Amino acid sequence: MATLEIKDLHVSVVSEEAPKEILKGVDLTIRAGETHAIMGPNGSGKSTLSYAIAGHPKYQVTSGSVLLDGEDVLEMSVDERARAGLFLAMQYPVEVPGVSMSNFLRTAATAVRGEAPNLRHWVKEVKGAMADLDIDPAFAERSVNEGFSGGEKKRHEILQLGLLKPKIAILDETDSGLDVDALRVVSEGVNRYKASGEAGVMLITHYTRILKYISPDFVHVFANGRIVESGGPELADQLEEQGYVKYTGKQEAANIG
Amino acid sequence: MAVKTEDQQHGLTAHSHGAGAPVSSRADHFTSFDVDAFEVPGGREEIWRFTPMKRLAGLHAGAAATGAATVEVTAAEGVSVQTAARGDQRLGVAGTPGDRVAAQAWSSFTEATVVTLPKDTKVGPTTVTVTGPGEGKVAYGHLQIRAEQFAEAVVVVDHRGSGAYADNVEFVVADGAHLTVVAIQDWADDAVHVSAHHAKLGRDATFRHTVVTLGGDLVRITPVVTYAGRGGDAELLGLYFADAGQHLEHRPFIDHAVSNCRSNVVYKGALQGEDAHTVWIGDVLIRAAAEGTETFELNRNLVLTDGARADSVPNLEIETGEIEGAGHASATGRFDDEQLFYLQARGIPEEQARRLVVRGFFHEILLKISVPEVRERLEAAIEAELEAVGA
Repeated sequence: MATLEIKDLHVSVVSEEAPKEILKGVDLTIRAGETHAIMGPNGSGKSTLSYAIAGHPKYQVTSGSVLLDGEDVLEMSVDERARAGLFLAMQYPVEVPGVSMSNFLRTAATAVRGEAPNLRHWVKEVKGAMADLDIDPAFAERSVNEGFSGGEKKRHEILQLGLLKPKIAILDETDSGLDVDALRVVSEGVNRYKASGEAGVMLITHYTRILKYISPDFVHVFANGRIVESGGPELADQLEEQGYVKYTGKQEAANIG
Repeated sequence: MAVKTEDQQHGLTAHSHGAGAPVSSRADHFTSFDVDAFEVPGGREEIWRFTPMKRLAGLHAGAAATGAATVEVTAAEGVSVQTAARGDQRLGVAGTPGDRVAAQAWSSFTEATVVTLPKDTKVGPTTVTVTGPGEGKVAYGHLQIRAEQFAEAVVVVDHRGSGAYADNVEFVVADGAHLTVVAIQDWADDAVHVSAHHAKLGRDATFRHTVVTLGGDLVRITPVVTYAGRGGDAELLGLYFADAGQHLEHRPFIDHAVSNCRSNVVYKGALQGEDAHTVWIGDVLIRAAAEGTETFELNRNLVLTDGARADSVPNLEIETGEIEGAGHASATGRFDDEQLFYLQARGIPEEQARRLVVRGFFHEILLKISVPEVRERLEAAIEAELEAVGA
């Protein structure tokens, strides 16, 4: 069973000026079968946590460790992390003009699985996965994310999640910009992935509404670069009512959107 | 992480709009069949200022032919292939040389090759293979492709080999004809090629012209399109890939002097290695009579390594407001790290991810090459270019 251990993680953002510390000692352990919601106000460093774990070059880990099943993730390149079983569903998926979705998916699956999937089974698998997410089959021949709406991009992130079946999935504000129908479809996709019981999920969100579809086992409040409170699902209810003011001193609601 | 606008995401920078010194109108551009009517260019002239004159092997300064290029034609059934002397009335009808090298080629070729595509007929692909005169030698040539009325044909002009070669290539596209041309410059490392393409489109003619430039020390192609009747439709596509030390220059010019014609120009280039240099000068002139014109031109360059330089200058001159539309765009950018990160975050190794992105960049051009063998060969050539530097 997979375990992701984040210990005392400090991360700075690399910029033209002096590096700025965003994460100030994050401790979190996610085990297979668990869903952890990371909730926090804008600018608290939630996305930085996700990008640092995935290995984005803009973020520099200054101290601490990230281990996946005891292996040092921080020593791995971005693609090695993905092949080791980490997946980041991005808040802003990147457009790659001229690379078709079908080519991209097959290349990624080949890399992650270590061998090219049998073509006949693969076509069926992709078709089924697209149908589950209400994605028009025509998208397979379109360039990766190019000209997709926000909702279409998010569906395709979850499509990749389902096909690549990572050990640990980090979903970075997957709910942002989704209307009610899309939120339901995307959440169902995440729940199908979770259904194996072998997947660990880190669900990063500003708002509580996605938690009505995806039930968390743990809820963590993220503020000023670290986890400031942890609890069960009831903590989300508390945030729903009181917002983040208790943690930030500012009025910022968690229940709208 | 911040949201980026699309242009930033692709690492693009905007082109300048020629602020500064006034540029003379393209309408005043001098043309002549007489080489002596042109002064020997020194390199400061507007049309030569990007070209490294020292590497031209004297093509601009009266170098005599010391060899000959070999021209072989694999013609589809029904296509006629002839040779013609300079005095042949058919020659020179598609356009007049616009620089000294083209005029030199006109004055210096020994025999022209004329390929005629029969009227009212659709024929299979015809390939013209031009092999350079050999290392250290100079040659001049002339090729004319004639698509008769309502002909429908594909012609591949494939340049290979060594030496210095200057030529004029004419495309005479008769009324209602559909002519698709793929001109490939796949020269050896020493080769110098300066080529003027002249296309004249008849009424309702369709001309699709793709230039692919991969090999050669210095390659300079100047495609000029003119319209003889209304309803002409020209699409000029280009793909180039410059390695260390290569100079690849493309100067398309669309002269809209007739109403209700259309043109679309899309050139894409990649550069890698020290002193790889590409130049793209895209001129479009919409003359006062050319009402109802629709035109767009685009150049994009992808700089893969340090030390490479892409110059890109789109020029659009409009002498009438009564047009359907006109636009231009040019952008040169570095490799997009965000695309790389996204692909790698899905397990795809960096090297493979880079190749995917570059292949994707050229995809829109390659997709339009209708001859599968040519498309596959070019895809393989691009792969080989990428492997050469381990990109």
